[in-house]
Formats: sequence, C-alpha cells, structure tokens
Amino acid sequence: MTFSEWIVEPVNWAFLAMAIPMVIAALRVVTSRNVVHAALFLVLALAASAGLFILLSAEFVAWVLVLVYIGAVVVLFLFGIMITRAPIGRETNLSHDTRWPAAAAALGVFAVTFWLINAVTEQMGGFGDPLPAVGRATATGILGEGFINTYLIPFEAVGFVLLAALIGGITLARKDLTPAEEDEGARV
Amino acid sequence: MVLSQFLILGALMFSIGVYGLLSRRNAVTVLLAVELMLAAVNINLIAFEAFWNTAAAHGQIFAIFVITIAAAEVGIGLAIILLVFRNRASGNIDQLDLMRW
Repeated sequence: MTFSEWIVEPVNWAFLAMAIPMVIAALRVVTSRNVVHAALFLVLALAASAGLFILLSAEFVAWVLVLVYIGAVVVLFLFGIMITRAPIGRETNLSHDTRWPAAAAALGVFAVTFWLINAVTEQMGGFGDPLPAVGRATATGILGEGFINTYLIPFEAVGFVLLAALIGGITLARKDLTPAEEDEGARV
Repeated sequence: MVLSQFLILGALMFSIGVYGLLSRRNAVTVLLAVELMLAAVNINLIAFEAFWNTAAAHGQIFAIFVITIAAAEVGIGLAIILLVFRNRASGNIDQLDLMRW
C-alpha cells in the first residue's frame, strides 16, 4: 500500500486527527515548564489514545482508559503535585540542564524500533494488509469470559497487587505522630 | 488502516517517554513520562489485537492488566514521592543521593 492509497481512506484521516494532537501533547508533557500543564497535557494524550482504541474496535478498553486514567490517575497526579508543593506556575529547573544525552537515548530507541518495524514488515509482508477487526465491535462479554476463564489467576493476582498497593500507599503516606501530637489529637 | 502506522505511533510515544524519563528532574514529571511509555505499550497491544483478531480478545485483556498495574504504580510512586518530600523537603530526584557512591 503506497502513501497516496493510504491517505485517501477517511478512517486514516480520523487516525491522523488523533495521532498528531497525541504526539504534540506527549511532547508538551515532557517539555512543559509547568507541572500542572504537563499533567493536563497527559489527559489530552490519553484521550487521543482512547479515541484510537475506539477506532481499533476496542470500546471497553477505551472507556476503562478514560475512567481509570483520566478519571483517577490524573486526579491523583494533581493531588500529588499540590501536596508536594511542586512548583505550580513556571519553573526553570524542572528538567536537567544537559538534555542532549536524554534526546540521544530517545532517538536511539526510536531508530532501533523503527528499523525493527520496517524489517519485520518487509519480511512478513502482511502488515500492509488492512486490519481485520476494524469496524466490528468487540463484545464486552468476551473480555469478561476471558477474565474468569483463561486469565483467572492473573486476574486474582492483579487484585492482590491492587490491595498491596492500597495498603502500601497508606503505610507510606501516613504521618507518624509523636506521642505529644497523639495526646493532642486525643484531646481534640 | 494498517498495523505499521500504530506500531510507529507507539514507538514515537515510547521514545518521547524515554526522553522525559531521562531529562526530567522533578519526580512527579518523571512519573508522567512513565505513564506516556505505558500508553505507548497499550497502543501496541490493542493494534496487535486488531491485527490477529483473536476470538477471546487476548490483547485487550492484557491492555486492561497494563492499565491496572499502571494505576497501582502511580499510587505507590506518589506515596513514595510524598514521603521523600516530607523528609527532604525536595521533589528533585538528583538531590536523592543518599545511596550514591
């Protein structure tokens, strides 16, 4: 499939309409000088990726992404930013002074991955075919059956991980009071 | 739509995440970069699911696992940052050099 054949498909316009804002938002997440703006640009990037999931007929995962990430994780981030009194507003030392090693490493990662994708695409020859699942909804029941049949033990393990994270988060973040402060709390 | 376009987008997002991970100094922004990398992995999983089109939607199930683990990771990560901030009054990771030789 050549690029001119690719670009005339309307579904690819939808892809570009989500992919380009997503990449720009991701760049702003890692370069923004304002922590709150970085967290809010993450919302944009994740919303775009949820749109891509709907395009790939994975509706349930898209809404899980919206609920868990945009609904919970970003709010948690904003709380974290506010509690740690991370500089709200413009800030000059949010990033290291010398950034070219990081840029070189990122470029290296991208170059190697891009080369691999190209090599495998040429070898398999099948990556150029249209995706078969596009345009068909995935029944959410299939996912539920997968969770309690094939993936029952990973499912339970993930539940255990969440419990451990909950207890760990409380234990780490709670403040140990001195005896004097405890007495004061008891009096109040 | 073809598979390669999603793989390249995922690679791009992952590289941006790597850049943020290495160049950021504030611990909260490092965690934001990690979230970008996990989002890139999710794009790959969903794209491969659409490519193989398995009856049981294995790729989507794994994507949900990744989202769950990421949520747990953010909770613990922010709790640790909060603890470090309380003890050191700083959220910058280059000042945490206690275990550095």
